[in-house]
Amino acid sequence: MTPSVLAGLTGAALVGLGLYGLILHPHPLRKLLAFNLIGSGVFLVFGIVARRGAAAGFRFDPVPQAMVITGIVVAFAASAIAVALILRLAAESSHVTLDPEVWSKPNGGDTQ
Amino acid sequence: MAGLATTTPGGYLLVLAILLPVVGMIASFVLGGRNAERVALGSTPFGLALACAIALDVGRTGKPIIYAVGGLPPPLGIALRADGISAVMLVAAAVIVAAAAFYAREKFATPDGVGESRGSLTFWIMLQAIWAALNIIFVGGDLFNLYVALELLTFAAVPLVCIDGRAETIAAALRYLLFALFGSISYLLGVALFYGAHGTLDISLLAQRVQPSPVVWTAAALMTCGLLAKTALFPLHLWLPPAHANAPAAASAVLSGLVVKGSFFLTLRLWFYVLPALATDKAAIVLGCLGSAAIIAGSIIALRQARLKLLIAYSTVAQIGYLFLVFPLAAGAQTWSAIGWSAGVMQILAHAFAKAAMFFSAGLLAEALGHDQIAKLGGAARVLPLTLLTIALGGLSLMGLPPSGGFSAKWLMLQASVASGQWLWTLPILAGGLLAAGYIYRILAPALSDDRISSASPPKRSREAIALALAAIAIVLGFAPQTFFDFLEIGRPVVGQP
Amino acid sequence: MSLRPFLDVILASLVLGVAIFTITARDLFAAVVGYVAYGLLLAFVWIRLYAPDVALTEAAVGSGVTGVLLITAGKRLGALKDVAPDRQPGLALKLLTGVLAALVASALGAVILMLPDPPPSLAPEAAAAADGPGAGLGNPITAVLMSYRSFDTMLEKIVLILAVVGVWSVGADKAWGDAPAPLRQQKAYAPMVFLAQMLAPVGALIAIHVFWTGANAPGGAFQGGALLAAMWMLTMMARLAQPPRVDAQWLRLALVAGPAVFLISGLAGGVVAGSFFAYPQALAKPIILFIEAFMVLSIAVALPMLVAGPPSERQDQ
Repeated sequence: MTPSVLAGLTGAALVGLGLYGLILHPHPLRKLLAFNLIGSGVFLVFGIVARRGAAAGFRFDPVPQAMVITGIVVAFAASAIAVALILRLAAESSHVTLDPEVWSKPNGGDTQ
Repeated sequence: MAGLATTTPGGYLLVLAILLPVVGMIASFVLGGRNAERVALGSTPFGLALACAIALDVGRTGKPIIYAVGGLPPPLGIALRADGISAVMLVAAAVIVAAAAFYAREKFATPDGVGESRGSLTFWIMLQAIWAALNIIFVGGDLFNLYVALELLTFAAVPLVCIDGRAETIAAALRYLLFALFGSISYLLGVALFYGAHGTLDISLLAQRVQPSPVVWTAAALMTCGLLAKTALFPLHLWLPPAHANAPAAASAVLSGLVVKGSFFLTLRLWFYVLPALATDKAAIVLGCLGSAAIIAGSIIALRQARLKLLIAYSTVAQIGYLFLVFPLAAGAQTWSAIGWSAGVMQILAHAFAKAAMFFSAGLLAEALGHDQIAKLGGAARVLPLTLLTIALGGLSLMGLPPSGGFSAKWLMLQASVASGQWLWTLPILAGGLLAAGYIYRILAPALSDDRISSASPPKRSREAIALALAAIAIVLGFAPQTFFDFLEIGRPVVGQP
Repeated sequence: MSLRPFLDVILASLVLGVAIFTITARDLFAAVVGYVAYGLLLAFVWIRLYAPDVALTEAAVGSGVTGVLLITAGKRLGALKDVAPDRQPGLALKLLTGVLAALVASALGAVILMLPDPPPSLAPEAAAAADGPGAGLGNPITAVLMSYRSFDTMLEKIVLILAVVGVWSVGADKAWGDAPAPLRQQKAYAPMVFLAQMLAPVGALIAIHVFWTGANAPGGAFQGGALLAAMWMLTMMARLAQPPRVDAQWLRLALVAGPAVFLISGLAGGVVAGSFFAYPQALAKPIILFIEAFMVLSIAVALPMLVAGPPSERQDQ
């Protein structure tokens, strides 16, 4: 089993693992962690695509690797926004949950 | 095919159309304070001019405008491509963003005595960022470039949802963010598989190289799933009503009118531009069924809402369902495909303008009357006649009554369903129209009654006029001539033709 | 007899093991620490995939800065009033989700095994373009990021600024214009101050080196910028520096410097080099390094601001 195949299967496993955590954990910060896990699994898939693309004297295809670098930074930015929202939510109320029953008011008054 | 991605004259317009709001964003951020608002408002006419210039160029040459960024064509470089539907969406986005900017000018102006305020700076920067992201989505030709644009769109839309800082809006924004991030990562995984299978992410090149294989099917499914989450198609629509209903009116208008259309536009690109060589009939039927479910479910839930903005938000969920009927109705190269295609694009446009007008009106009503309750709207027509007229016209389009863009869209869809022998789709289309009539009636009936109410602060005429103008556009779209529909066909790949 | 396949399997199992720990740990802090460790192990996997640039980025940004972000978040969350305990999902839901996750993972794994052979690749095109549009850069990834797909990179810098504004927008109205809360609430911890004083200057030099050498060897603007960001965060955590006010003009200029310079050179390329975001052949490499220098500045300022969070009225002593 070449490193690429192994890494690819690891990536697939990480995506599944992250999905499990994303769906099950009620706490948004744990969901965020799980989402980051999925992200790194997806990047691994890019990585094996890059490694398999070794040709013309290069040991890797540079294009997918560049995409991963871009993706890592974008994923971090997403995590930062999510964290800011989670902290603010916790500061505004004592719930840190996305459970809709906690947030939906009975169809009664607020202005926009 | 040689010349697939050679820059056409006029291609530079595409880059300018993208960079204008980007430069605006940066200028707003650095200059800060009241300048943010001035930059945003000042750039809208130029953006509209660029969009119109692109549309005129595409119409004149009858071919898409192409630009290879950096002079390097795909597969190594990135290409931008504007065809008929791109041009139309660019113009629509420019108009609606401009309308939102002028509508929201009063509410999001920096208060006197303060150099800069959080809400104001955030609004103007996010509005321009949404505009930039949408422009990239409409003209982007590279799937990874489009991923970055989708992320830009999400990061700009989410803070708008919670701009008022209340706990419910922050929760709604957080749920929106998580759905959107799930969508992005699913899309990205699909991109990885596409690259792994074919070594390029350029839409035109992929269309040439793509073969039906498990890898491609999985990639397409993943990307579609991600885009469906972002477009809030039933059953992934749960984030939309709280997010759109609780955002300020100008933001809701842009969110419902444009932002969800961005990810839908990409779904169209994926299915009709990258995958036409594949036999996608069964998958198209699945999408059509989900769309029908969205129409019925969204409309029924809308009927039961007590808050005006929630009703309008659920109406968005329903109208998005109509969009997905494009997939079974426009597939392939049959005579009715062009009709289905026109129907889909007309639905995007009509809904964008009508829904934006509805949200603007809801905002004006809430400000004038001090509440958001449909039950207490009695007699509002006397106090705010223009606003109610706007709601009536917008509602006309949403219901699909002639003459209106919404009617054209639904009429074309009915034609395509019957012509293609898929007459089952006529049922949700007609049912949706009836249900929409129901919830529009729920708004208009009390408003037109004889009750006497007074308004705390009547809205400015200019803001009412903006809302009315958008609703009028939704109606005028119903008179679109055949040349308009021919324009939409420019650049659309037809199976079986090179 | 080569040991490498065994090492690879051991590495993969470690990665999966730590990932499982991250998901199943009870305590948030333990999970985050697990995630940081996971990121570092992942960096090794990237090295095995011949991706040192990505390994650097993953270690610095993916696990490093993200770890700081999540740990800071956990601490700030813990410092707030009692958060209502979460409802743990039932066993049936766990089983169902487990089955779903297993199905997704297996389907994905199967599809990965079905990727075509010989694999398509843009490496030949990249090699052919190395001397022309690639500006003679020795590091093909830098060539992709800064030349062939520079539009993507420019957009990504915009995304970063937008994320900073988004994070700032979540603050309270009254606090607007103030600085974010300090990264460390208590008094500075003496060994930490020592570490910051010793490490920060050295780290800054290494960061600049990593950026500079990225033109021809693994490294580049993102990696260098992330290292520089880490050094700034270190000094802030040691309370040798404070997070700046969000209305500070220098801060805003520093944040937009990267994308602004990128945009200006991109627009200029339209006039000088015939196409937007193209470089004039002779000056390509110096221009790229010039742009990258400003990108390093912007990244080094943006990442800590993303970690520091929105402006806060509660200023510590």
